[in-house]
Amino acid sequence: MFDSNTLNPHRSDKFLLITLRGFSALAGITTVLILLFLIAESFPVFQKFGLLVFFIDSSWYPREQLFNLVPMMTASLLAATCAVLLAAPLGIFSGVFCNYYAPPKLAWIYRRLIELIAGVPSVVYGFWGLVVLVPLILNIRPPGASLLAGILVLALMIFPTMALASDSIFHSFPKEQLNGASALGFSRWRTIFSLILPSVKRNLLAALSLQIGRALGETMAVLMVCGNVVQLPKSFFDPVRTLTANMALEMSYATGSHRSALFVSGLILVLLIIFLVLSAEFLQRRIQND
Amino acid sequence: MIRPAATYFERLMTFLVWSISLLLIATLIFIIFQMVGPGLSTIHWRYLFLEPENSGRAGGISSILVSTLLIVGVCLLFAVPIGVGTAIWLSEFSDPTRFFGKNIRRSLDVLSGIPSIVFGLFGNAFFCQYLGLGFSILSGGLTLACMVLPILIRSTEIGLSSIPTNYRLPGAALGMSKFSLLRNIILPLATPGIVVGLILGIGRAMAETAALIFTSGYVDRFPTSIMDSGRSLSIHIYDLTMNVPGGEPNAYQSVFVILVLLFFLNTLTMFLADQLVGRRVTAI
Amino acid sequence: MGYKMKKLFCEIIFPILASLAFFNIASADETKLTLTGSSTVAPLVLEIAKAFEKKNPGTKIDVQSGGSSRGISDARSGLAHIGMASRDLKPEESDLKNHVIAKDGVCLILNKKNKIEKLTDEQVVKIYTGEIKNWKDVGGADAPITVVNKAEGRSTLELFENYFKIKNSQIKASVVIGDNEQGIKTVAGNPNSIGYVSIGTAEFDARQGSQIKLLAMGGVPASIDNVKNGKFPLSRPLNLIVKGELKGLAKKFIEFAQSPEVFNIVRQQYFEPASK
Repeated sequence: MFDSNTLNPHRSDKFLLITLRGFSALAGITTVLILLFLIAESFPVFQKFGLLVFFIDSSWYPREQLFNLVPMMTASLLAATCAVLLAAPLGIFSGVFCNYYAPPKLAWIYRRLIELIAGVPSVVYGFWGLVVLVPLILNIRPPGASLLAGILVLALMIFPTMALASDSIFHSFPKEQLNGASALGFSRWRTIFSLILPSVKRNLLAALSLQIGRALGETMAVLMVCGNVVQLPKSFFDPVRTLTANMALEMSYATGSHRSALFVSGLILVLLIIFLVLSAEFLQRRIQND
Repeated sequence: MIRPAATYFERLMTFLVWSISLLLIATLIFIIFQMVGPGLSTIHWRYLFLEPENSGRAGGISSILVSTLLIVGVCLLFAVPIGVGTAIWLSEFSDPTRFFGKNIRRSLDVLSGIPSIVFGLFGNAFFCQYLGLGFSILSGGLTLACMVLPILIRSTEIGLSSIPTNYRLPGAALGMSKFSLLRNIILPLATPGIVVGLILGIGRAMAETAALIFTSGYVDRFPTSIMDSGRSLSIHIYDLTMNVPGGEPNAYQSVFVILVLLFFLNTLTMFLADQLVGRRVTAI
Repeated sequence: MGYKMKKLFCEIIFPILASLAFFNIASADETKLTLTGSSTVAPLVLEIAKAFEKKNPGTKIDVQSGGSSRGISDARSGLAHIGMASRDLKPEESDLKNHVIAKDGVCLILNKKNKIEKLTDEQVVKIYTGEIKNWKDVGGADAPITVVNKAEGRSTLELFENYFKIKNSQIKASVVIGDNEQGIKTVAGNPNSIGYVSIGTAEFDARQGSQIKLLAMGGVPASIDNVKNGKFPLSRPLNLIVKGELKGLAKKFIEFAQSPEVFNIVRQQYFEPASK
């Protein structure tokens, strides 16, 4: 907006700019610091065993020096993707409902409820999952604590934020265009489907990628309901362990290479997030260019 | 606004949208009741004013509420100036095509995705050990500040971006300094975004568990300074459910308290957005 | 705002930074103890610490839960004055000294609805290594067994492994849990599961109405009394770990934690006080 080298070299401006730039640098450098710290902490195990052990070892038994992380990466990705696939359409649906179907009063109440639900802490969801959801799944197929339970709890957590995001995205859609569509005799659903959705696709996608990241990083709730067995799941009813749960479960009990290997879990997770952010950026740029 | 057309397909879609949305909200309300119910039926107001006893099985949560408040306070003290400053810089002064601006933004996107447990481990290594702050409310608050920064920045930025360019140009043309332009025109208009970001940040900070276990610690007595270790309410819930035999009834009560607190926070956001600002502000 | 910013910096942020330096020095004095370690021991020590603080006004005992390994490594690195561990010290940890404050055992638990009343050691091994997958093979109902195992690094797991002479990689678990309470919840919620947890925790929960029962081991019923008289085969000490010579406040605290004054607190937490 304002190039820092234009006219008006007010004295307060200089101080302001330096302060703001400093704050930005501080905010930006936090990520780098975290990344460096993860690399430093996982370095010993890389040095001792190399990189490959995390992919080719027979399993994850760090005390017996087996460090395979593939099952946990799979579990993390699978749980996050499924949860978002489940929650995102529902979230978009309720955004549509709030903006184009519900009468204003109902939409208001609906929004407040979703906002309330969005604020429920993950530890509470985990608690609920443990005492309600897991026994429910157990009745269908033991052991109950499973990939499915994780997906459902994650979806439950993601849905409200996705709904709020799409609600505000739809809300910011210009009203004039709606009137135009209405004047052209477009039906309600047709307007939504062929006019609104395509033009807010980019924003919805950005919200979606944020939610995938959130699902990948969720720790407490997943730890409480997923069963935490290190394995490649053969069905949705199999218990799994995610990368985050791995850290939370074993970190305070680990020493030496075991501890270092746990930081590798964190490093992989952060690299995944970086990849996600970059690909979302790439995607957005492509949509913009189209 | 949109004229309903009564085709078969149209009616089906209307039905679908209504039923899915209502079913969803009904399910969610049911789940909330399952979480709140047991606590609601047993809680007594004294629970808020007693200190926890017998590892939280008896007594109340007074000291835990104080610790939570302090942790959130420390978090905001550091996160708000940095967050608002960064947001202003990003949306008003930075050039998104240049290296610095582009990468700060990128870095913040990544930061918002970093798992809370990683924040916890980082906070433990950096604040507790490297800076020597130990297990303390300060360490916990600083770790949370790193965590809520992206949220704060994002919503402030949204607040700023909703200000039409027309509002700024006259000021610039009049030769106002950036500083006074910012203070007199931009900041007042961006306040709703900042307030909402603030309250969202508080909500996130209050709900956080994984990042605090490794930084602010477990101690459940009254903190006398921010260098004391203090247990937040969400950690208390986690500890009661996972580590304390027979802690479940009190876990339900704490769940009730935290949900009520978050509910008030939420209502406050809404009230502030509607009344003070006079326009709609949404969370994300 | 420039002035306000400066003011903010001078009046708020700077004093905080300055006070950090001060508190760093303050925390090194002789009125504050930091203990970290085992999540089994932490709740007990927390109560003892409160009694200690009441008796010695002006002192402060910080108790942080984590895990035995963390307690031991923190005691060694000096991050904590005293570490807490729910196991004996290993030979490679001989640079540290342990002080027993209570005794606990580890026992197998089943859901109350399970008809099985006892299992031989051999059957337990077969169940945990996946050779026996159905309860009907050990005389129970026709239902698949849900094997509940502990996460890597927990001392309960190590104790279990040592007693049954199996390795963790041989165990075919259906659920892996962290803390005792999670194990009890899992078993209480699933009629076909088997798990192993701290006896103190299990007895307390069973008495509180949790749907679990404690299995006898080697013919000895699992109870805190049998841990006390040494009959129960799978018992463990709850330890306070210190590096170097015991002195000052740490010495005072450990002596207090072993004194008859705290026996009631220990029993309240369903552990057996360590009588000398």
